[in-house]
Amino acid sequence: MTTTDERPPAIEEKRKRERKALRLSWVDLFLWGIRVAAIIVILWGLIGSIQIFASGEGLTAAGWRDLIVSSLAQGAMYGLLALGYSMVYGVLGFINFAHGEVFMSGTLVGFIAANWLFENGVWEANPFLSMFIVLIVAMVTSTLIAVTIEKVAYRPLRGAPRLIPLITSIGMSFFIQYSFAGLFGVGFNTYPPPPDVIAGTVDIFGLQIRTTQLTVIIIAMISMIGLWYFVTKTKSGRAMRAVAEDKEIAGLMGINVDRTIVTVFAVGGAMAGVAALMWSLLFRSVSFFTGFIPGIKAFTAAVLGGIGNIAGAMGGGVLLGLFEGVGPLLILGGLGIPGASQLKDAVAFIALVLVLVFRPSGLFGERLGSEDRV
Amino acid sequence: MTATVAPAATPTGTTGSTVDLARVIRVGTLVGVGMVYVSVIGLLATFNRRLVIDPWLSLGYLVLFAAPMFGGLQFIKREKLEGLEPEPASINDVVQAAIVGVIGGLIAALFATIVNTFPDVRSVFPNWSPELVELLTLGLGVGPAFLVLPAISAVVAAAAAGTSFLPERMRKALVVGLLAVVAVSLFQPVVDDFFDWLEVVPDFLYTPTRAIGVPGAIAVFVLAAGLSYFRPRGKNGLTRRLGSEDESVRRRSTIITAVIVGVAMIALPRFLGGILNELLVNVGFFALMALGLNVVIGYAGLLDLGYVAFFAVGAYTTGVLTSPLSPTWDPMLTWWQAFPIVLAMAALAGLFVGTPVLRMRGDYLAIVTLGFGEIVRILLLSDWLAPYFGGAQGLRNIPGIPIFGTTVNVNTPQLMVYMVMAFVLIAAFISWRLENSRIGRAWAAMREDEDVAEAVGVDTVKAKLTAFITGAVIASFAGALFAAKVGSVFTNSFEILVSIVILVIVIVGGMGNIPGVLVGAVVLIGILGGPAQPGLLQEFGEYKLLAYGALLVFMMLKRPEGLVPSKRRQRELHQDEFSQDAWLDRTPSAPGPSVAEPGRETF
Repeated sequence: MTTTDERPPAIEEKRKRERKALRLSWVDLFLWGIRVAAIIVILWGLIGSIQIFASGEGLTAAGWRDLIVSSLAQGAMYGLLALGYSMVYGVLGFINFAHGEVFMSGTLVGFIAANWLFENGVWEANPFLSMFIVLIVAMVTSTLIAVTIEKVAYRPLRGAPRLIPLITSIGMSFFIQYSFAGLFGVGFNTYPPPPDVIAGTVDIFGLQIRTTQLTVIIIAMISMIGLWYFVTKTKSGRAMRAVAEDKEIAGLMGINVDRTIVTVFAVGGAMAGVAALMWSLLFRSVSFFTGFIPGIKAFTAAVLGGIGNIAGAMGGGVLLGLFEGVGPLLILGGLGIPGASQLKDAVAFIALVLVLVFRPSGLFGERLGSEDRV
Repeated sequence: MTATVAPAATPTGTTGSTVDLARVIRVGTLVGVGMVYVSVIGLLATFNRRLVIDPWLSLGYLVLFAAPMFGGLQFIKREKLEGLEPEPASINDVVQAAIVGVIGGLIAALFATIVNTFPDVRSVFPNWSPELVELLTLGLGVGPAFLVLPAISAVVAAAAAGTSFLPERMRKALVVGLLAVVAVSLFQPVVDDFFDWLEVVPDFLYTPTRAIGVPGAIAVFVLAAGLSYFRPRGKNGLTRRLGSEDESVRRRSTIITAVIVGVAMIALPRFLGGILNELLVNVGFFALMALGLNVVIGYAGLLDLGYVAFFAVGAYTTGVLTSPLSPTWDPMLTWWQAFPIVLAMAALAGLFVGTPVLRMRGDYLAIVTLGFGEIVRILLLSDWLAPYFGGAQGLRNIPGIPIFGTTVNVNTPQLMVYMVMAFVLIAAFISWRLENSRIGRAWAAMREDEDVAEAVGVDTVKAKLTAFITGAVIASFAGALFAAKVGSVFTNSFEILVSIVILVIVIVGGMGNIPGVLVGAVVLIGILGGPAQPGLLQEFGEYKLLAYGALLVFMMLKRPEGLVPSKRRQRELHQDEFSQDAWLDRTPSAPGPSVAEPGRETF
């Protein structure tokens, strides 16, 4: 009796499994197709570029070197921005879409300080002090905005389904963006030219590097070391890691979870403020829209490095900077695509898609809280 | 009763007997900050150009003094607790509200003084201007402003708080009356077009500035408030009938509503002029896209932030296939011949975007789709694909839609409205049928919990891909119509902002609910407009994205289920409250749900 009863479901089950295996393999096939195609395209582009380089056309070796250095500088900036995304994701498990605007607020308010210093002659007379003042202004602004967003928009949503804070942060992003558009006008504001001290180039191991780019890389390194010290050696840092691991247990262990989350936003905001100074050194012109695309790219960098992983965020930033700086010319140029530099943003986004297809946990591994590991 | 529960029931100083100074100062400061914010981002100056009640009130001042109004309302909010009477209205609330108004007004006046003292800041803040001082001080100068601004804000705040003394019914009538005055004034073009056959009405209502005059305002207020006050109440309200337990009553009232709305929609374009029909067409485009996104996010729970890409695919495919000026390849099909190909291309695009993101976490999916949206736009704009899609030049000379011997294009706005409406109906029908089908239930299961859905045998791969493809096809309807209507396509119609606005429509209207999404499209696009399309309130201009952002945050915090919520969604989002209510409603005598499973029967 039981055997006859059991057999049909078992067969059915087996058929189902087979069907499922077949279907999964169809999706897998598609994904493998993407992987193989990506590798072929990249290789083809590389070979094409090498041919172009060997034939003496296109960029010279020095040109490539400059491109790489400037990409590194930009990547360092993405890295600092990515930290904000990565830390918030690690602790709260959602993408703080408004982090790009936190950065933008730093660039715009920093511009007021820079402009004031320039008009009063301090900018040229005392360049390092001026830069320090701009840095502090940008950091304070970004930190304040980040903490305010957390308090107003995210704290009431603690524990909501994860798409709800994400949608809220999208709304917040546009709200802040267009508030600043109203405040500063929609046009571009241009920072004063960099002081003479950092306007030229320096010679390092025979490489001519523009001093602004070198400054940016040095600032990024100092910030990273400071952040590493903060997270690993201080009490607040330990609290942060505990909260990221498990909010509930951390709370039971006597950690003030709300305050720790505010700290996370504050630190992320401060790093965005540093990134704001770097942006002003690299590009000088800022507007209300400055934060949007860099924000998305920085998130890409955070995913690239493995979300929740602080060192990974920095590494991801540098890698993304290289991808989008060198990639269009190296690969698309090698394929003979005209106007490759127009496709810079597209390359960054394609990098995001490819990372998530190839290795969704990022290059250096994710570090997420217990409830976020999916 | 009060002796035992009252202390626990009044958590943060909402007691009516004392003045909570800390709270008053906090709310007052917020009101002041709100007033400064409205001034400094330029809302006051921009909106001041539009009068609401001629010559007393401009939209700018309405927005400015909304801050003390909301501040005052804070003090008459009562927490509704089960089994407790809310505290009665008290004069104390009014006093507190008035103090809040004074604080807010003082901060605003102080700000005006600062602006007046440091005019140089204007080089950075464009709105930091003498005109702003003039506006903020009501033209009286900085000194008197310290008296006048606090006085007005205090009166506004106290009046708002004072409404708590009125009976509920009268308060509602008052609100309805005031809203009606503002609405009639701001929607002057609609009223004007509508009463084309009876010029007396708009002539009476409006002054030459397009705003409502004082006699008109009084008439509208009395009419609307009276209607609200004497409205018959009871079980026969339409909303109640639509939500009726009785299947036949519900079905009958649904059909009646649908017929009325249908007749109105057919009649409407005849009454309206060119500009309003243009507006209706835009509303239709966004309604179509919102219906499509509703399938993806509302039914299947997949947050797609690059939805505009499918709109672009639809528009560009139509352009390439029908335009004689298509750069490389111009088959010059008619719109109807091209249409199936457009749908196929959109479905393919949906499949192509959907497959790589199948195994991604929900929030990664959002960013990746956003990336896809941008990739599509960048590629269409690039020099590389310019030989096919025209790059920055776009595609031009796209012919209209030939139908019944005429051509529907930009010159025939009325026909275009009908055309778009027909497609909105088709899309609504498709999504309605899908929602209640097997795949619709699979979507719902997947939205709730993907792992559980998979465990009980839902094919999530198929469910996700169908959601993406359905959404893409509906968006391509909008794209194809858009190309035919405008006659040319450029990449700047496919900015990421479009995706965001569609998202706001779906969320404000009510995720997963077709009437909600349609209401959302009509209200938001009709009033505020799309990213590049003006709405009825053209003054909003660049501030409409500010409004969209604020709306998104507000809705998520206060009413995540939207204006017209879908029943199921509402239950999901307020599950705790539902369970609690069910538990509280449970009477010992009734065969209610057991304590172990509170509220099981209410689901």
